[in-house]
Amino acid sequence: MKSKRIEQEFNLIRMLVAVAISLALAFCLIVCASSTPLEALSAFLIGPLQTVRRMGNVVEMMIPLLFTGVSVSIMYSCNQINMSSEGAFFLGGVGCAYLATTVSLPAGLHPAVCILAAGLIGALVCAIPALLYIKFRALPVVSSLMVNYVALYLGLFVINYIIRDPAAGYLCSFEYLDSAVLPHLFSKTKIHLGLVIAVIVVILSYLFLYRSKAGYAIRMVGMNSNFAKYSGISVMGTILGCQLIGGFIAGVGGAVEQLGMYNRFQYQSLSNHGFDGIMIAILARYNPKFVPIAALFLAYIRVGADVMARTSDVPVEIVNIIQAVVIMFVAAERFLEGWKHRRIVAASQSASRKEA
Amino acid sequence: MEALKSILSAQYLFSIIRVTTPLLFASMAAVVIRRAGIICIAFEGMMLFAAFGGVLGSALTQSVFGGVACGVLFGLLVAMIYAYFVLSLKANTYLTGLAINMLGSGGTIFLLYLATGDKGVSTALNSLSVPSINIPLIKDIPILGDVLSGHNVLTYVAFASVLAVYILINKTVLGLRIRSVGENPDAAASVGIRVIRTRFVAILIGGVLASLGGIYMSMGYLPFFTRDMIAGRGFIGIAAQNLGGAMPVPTMLAALAFGAAEAASNILQALRLPAEFMQMIPYAATLIGLMLVGRPDTEKKPRTTRKNRRESTHE
Repeated sequence: MKSKRIEQEFNLIRMLVAVAISLALAFCLIVCASSTPLEALSAFLIGPLQTVRRMGNVVEMMIPLLFTGVSVSIMYSCNQINMSSEGAFFLGGVGCAYLATTVSLPAGLHPAVCILAAGLIGALVCAIPALLYIKFRALPVVSSLMVNYVALYLGLFVINYIIRDPAAGYLCSFEYLDSAVLPHLFSKTKIHLGLVIAVIVVILSYLFLYRSKAGYAIRMVGMNSNFAKYSGISVMGTILGCQLIGGFIAGVGGAVEQLGMYNRFQYQSLSNHGFDGIMIAILARYNPKFVPIAALFLAYIRVGADVMARTSDVPVEIVNIIQAVVIMFVAAERFLEGWKHRRIVAASQSASRKEA
Repeated sequence: MEALKSILSAQYLFSIIRVTTPLLFASMAAVVIRRAGIICIAFEGMMLFAAFGGVLGSALTQSVFGGVACGVLFGLLVAMIYAYFVLSLKANTYLTGLAINMLGSGGTIFLLYLATGDKGVSTALNSLSVPSINIPLIKDIPILGDVLSGHNVLTYVAFASVLAVYILINKTVLGLRIRSVGENPDAAASVGIRVIRTRFVAILIGGVLASLGGIYMSMGYLPFFTRDMIAGRGFIGIAAQNLGGAMPVPTMLAALAFGAAEAASNILQALRLPAEFMQMIPYAATLIGLMLVGRPDTEKKPRTTRKNRRESTHE
């Protein structure tokens, strides 16, 4: 059991080293790029903590990331590299915008209907790559990216031709009806009821994936699909099911973001929340339990980069660079592996010495 | 009727060849790397860096050659990072590819901002374009001349690269090695072929090809760099490679089919149809294409790829 503990410890350390390397690289870039490096750095690091509003921004930014992070965690747990949570998040938001602008329902019911409908749309979007894989063995990586573009243009069509507000002067929908909007929780920030929904989703997903039979089947398919098959698990059914669930959560996230943060649909392109979700899921090792920590990290550096971009001359795109470097080092199996092996050898040697 | 007329014109055929160029480069890059047993999805990032490198290089050196060289250098650098992570650090190919693409999107915007102070386009840089050429003799043939002549030099290079990749894969020692490490790396290793080195070389060759596609985007298709200008073309190239079964000539035909869809969407935008549906065409066509070749590809997949994927995604 000792080596298993080393393994866990090692995973944590490797994750931290990956984050540290990416941040170090970001610091180097900031120092190179900025004419006032110290101010830029301090804005980046402690900017988000300086005012209540910015702390609120971190939490607001975290909410959609919780949804997409959990969504990707579930989908990737059965080893499907399906990137269509991006499209599911977007199209879910569009579907929600349609219902929030055109249908009038009582206040409590309206957001619930919008969110559920968005979830169903998201589930459909994410099911396409899974179906193409099951029926035609199409690579989910490629097909899901194509699905994203199709979802984008379909969504823009709905906004542009069906619910566009001609008086607004730019491409956006009519304003959401008051009955649909999610209430804010605290007075000084825009933190909204979506936070509660997100926390519930995170907890339920953890219980589902790690404490239920279906969740076990999903992880089994992900770890060894042949073994799963021989134990009587329907591999294809499990894959489809978990893409549907993942897509549902991503779609719900899109709706919650719309109803909580915006008063009308304003995206002109994909919002990147789905891709952020991939990074978060990787950092969380596909375990919903750790998604909040990873989402907090990303939201924090994003708000920090935002503050930095406003107060100095370093563009916010530095966050994408940090994200990419984190993903690469976490995905690299051999990274620091020698160190782990030495630890395991040392531990087993000391154990055998004790026995002797 | 009008639509039909514009579809059947020489101008349309010309534009098919024009928009196929970057797809062709990407798909040939995918062919070489796929034959070495790696499913690489990092072309988007390589192409973006190359596109930016081309603009930067040509603006600094004020020579087209300098631009192309700088673009290829940028693309190669990214390909090397990719290869190092995938081959030496055994990183999951999909996640690394995804990260490279993110790096491409964010990194080029970051560099663009530093170079020009603008985050959208590089028009502030006085960059050059790769020239177009008329082919003597062919340009005088009535309709065919209008279609085949007058393209960007890189367009001809793209079609030449199909032949080059065909010869490389099928007629050279290196090609034989690439195929053998792709089909059965253990067997290849047992007869003394260095698997990692061969794959490294394949990724670099793919990197050069993808870079040329990226350079074409910013020094031919458009005369400047814009953010995220590759817009999924690298992925469509991968889809073409899938459709063509990683064989150069069928892959080229698939790329041409996607090019035809994209060119049609450009032309039909002039009609009264919703632009969104036209913009959707290339991506929807790719999805349909993936269905058409629908046959279990996994059976043929080299063993290590499957193993890698299984091991690295759940770790």
